[in-house]
Amino acid sequence: MTDKKETHLGLRDEAKGLSSSRRIYNMGMRTVIYISAIIVVALLIFLLGYILYRGLPNLSWGFLTSEESVVKDIQGIGPAILNTLYVIIATLIVVLPLGVGAAIYLTEYATNRKLVSAIEFATETLAGIPSIIYALVGVLVFAESLALGKTLIAGAFTLVIMVLPTVIRTTQESLKTVPQSYREGSLGLGSGKWHMIRTVVLPSSIDGIVTSCILAIGRIVGESAVLLYTVGMSMQMQDFFRNGLESFFSASGSTLSVALYVYAKVRADFDLAFSVAVVLIIITLVINLAANLAGKKLKRQ
Amino acid sequence: MNEQSLHNSPEEAVEKTSRRKGKAGARPLESVMQLIFFICGFIAIAFVLVITIYLIISGLPAIREIGLVDFLFGTEWASTAEDPKFGILPMILTSIYGTAGAIVIGVPIGFLMAVFLSKVAPRRLANVIRPVVDLLAGIPSIVYGLVGLMVLVPFIRETFNTAAGESLLAAIVVLAIMILPSIISVSETALNAVPKEYEEASLALGATDIETYFRVSAPAAKSGIAAAVVLGVGRAIGEAMAIMMVAGNVANMPDLLSSVRFLTTGIAVELAYSSGLQRQALFSIGLVLFLFIMCINVILNVFLKRDKEG
Repeated sequence: MTDKKETHLGLRDEAKGLSSSRRIYNMGMRTVIYISAIIVVALLIFLLGYILYRGLPNLSWGFLTSEESVVKDIQGIGPAILNTLYVIIATLIVVLPLGVGAAIYLTEYATNRKLVSAIEFATETLAGIPSIIYALVGVLVFAESLALGKTLIAGAFTLVIMVLPTVIRTTQESLKTVPQSYREGSLGLGSGKWHMIRTVVLPSSIDGIVTSCILAIGRIVGESAVLLYTVGMSMQMQDFFRNGLESFFSASGSTLSVALYVYAKVRADFDLAFSVAVVLIIITLVINLAANLAGKKLKRQ
Repeated sequence: MNEQSLHNSPEEAVEKTSRRKGKAGARPLESVMQLIFFICGFIAIAFVLVITIYLIISGLPAIREIGLVDFLFGTEWASTAEDPKFGILPMILTSIYGTAGAIVIGVPIGFLMAVFLSKVAPRRLANVIRPVVDLLAGIPSIVYGLVGLMVLVPFIRETFNTAAGESLLAAIVVLAIMILPSIISVSETALNAVPKEYEEASLALGATDIETYFRVSAPAAKSGIAAAVVLGVGRAIGEAMAIMMVAGNVANMPDLLSSVRFLTTGIAVELAYSSGLQRQALFSIGLVLFLFIMCINVILNVFLKRDKEG
C-alpha cells in the first residue's frame, strides 16, 4: 500500500489513443467514482455538521452533570452518563475474564480442532445476532427466568453475551502475535503453563486486551435496544450504593443512547436529543482514537 | 490461522511437555487453570445454545396456536384487536424490501467510494476521509434514526405530499447510510489486499487505470466485496432502533411511501407492553428473524473462508 501511487502511469486517458468506446468507459467510470465520493463526503459533512449545529447550543456543563427536575425546570443527563458508566463497568467485569479466558483457551490450550472450529463458529454466530434478539433473550432469560427484573444487572448480563465475540476475537489476534520463542523460553526455564501465560503471554498481549476493552465499550455505548428493554428508561439519578449491593441489583435507569430515544420519541424534545447525540459522537471519537492508538502500539510489537 | 499454530511443531512439543507435567500431578493449579480456561472457551457455545433453545421454546407455542401458514403468510397483524390476527407477511416483506433497497443504494456508492479511497484519491485526502468514515461506523444507530426523523421524514412529507413522512423510503435511506461505512471499509480492505503485480501487469498491457480498477482489482477482491455486501445485509436486516424512529411502525403491506413495520421493529414496538399470545407471537417473530440471520451468517462464513483460502 505504501507506494501504490507508483502504479499510476501518469498518462491521461486521451494521450493513449484509445478507441472511443474505451474512452467513454473511462470517462463514465471516472465520473461515477467522483460522484460517489462527492456524495459520501457531502453526507459525512452534512451529518456531522447538522448534529453539531442542532446539539451544541444546548450543551452545557450543567446539562451534562445535573439531574433533570420538573420543579426546578432543569434538564440534565447526569444520571444517564453515570448509568452508562455503571453498565460499562458491570459488563466489563464479567466479560473480560470470560473473553480473555476463552481466547487463551483457543490459542494456548486447545488441541481438538473440531472443538476450536465449533467455538469459533459460535463466536461468529454471536457476533452476527442483531441486538433486538439480544433484547428478547435478555428479557426472557435474565429479566424473567432468572427473575432479575428490569435492572442494570440484567442489562449488563445481556451485554456480556453481546460483546463476548468482540473481546474473544481481539484478544485472540493479539495472543497470536506473541512470539512462540517467548513461550518456549518460559517453559524451558521450568515454568508451568499457567505461570507462563500469567507472566509472559498476558503481559505481552496487554495492548490487545486493552483494544478489546475499548471496542466493547464502543458497542455498549452505542447499544439502545437491549438496554431499553432490560434496564429501562428512567431518567432519575439512581443511588446504587446507598444500600450496598442490594440497590445495585434493583436499580434501573437509562443510558445515554436510551436517553436520546426517550428525548426524541417519547418527549419530542429534539434539541436535547441532538445534544445527547453530540455527546455520543464525542465519545465515539475518543473511542476510535484510543482504539487506533492501541492498535498502532500492537502493530509495532 | 489457528490451524497453523496447531501444527506448529514447537508448540506441539510445548503442548506435550506441559501435559506430561499435568499428568504427573506435580502442579494441581495447572490442571485447575486448564479446566477454567476450557470452561471460558466453551461458554460461547453455551450462549449460542441457550439463545437458540430459548427462542425455539418460546417461539414455537404461538406458531402452533396461530398455525404456521397463517403466521408466516397472513397479511394482517392486529395483535391487540378483539379478534387478534397474527400474520407477519407484511413484516417479512418489509424487512426484505427494506434490506434490498438499502443494499441497492448503499453497495454501489460504498464500493465506488472504496475504489476512490483505495486507488484514486491522493493519499493525504484518503487519510482525512478514512477516520471520518470510521467515526460514522461507530456512531450509535439511534443517532442515525434521530437525523432521519428530523431531516428525512419532513423532506419526504413535503416532497411527496403525504400525510406522514414516516415511510419505507425513509427507512431504506437511513439503512443505506448506516451500512455505508462498513461497506466502504470492508471493500477498501479487500481492494488494498490485491497484489500490486496484478495491477502493474494490467497497466503494462495497456489498460488504463480505470479499466485496471474495475476489470482487475475489483474481480481480484470480489470475495471481500461480497463479504461486505453480506455484512451490510446482516446489519440492515437486524437494525431496529434507527428504523423504528422513521418507519412509522404500522404493519401495512410494504409500499414505498406508506408507514411500515419491519420484523425487528415488530418486536421492538410491542415488547414493552405485550402479554399472553401477543407476547408469544413476538418471540415467534424473533425466531423467524433469528433463522434469517443464521442463513446470512452461514453465507458470510462461506465467503470469508474462501477469502482466507484464496
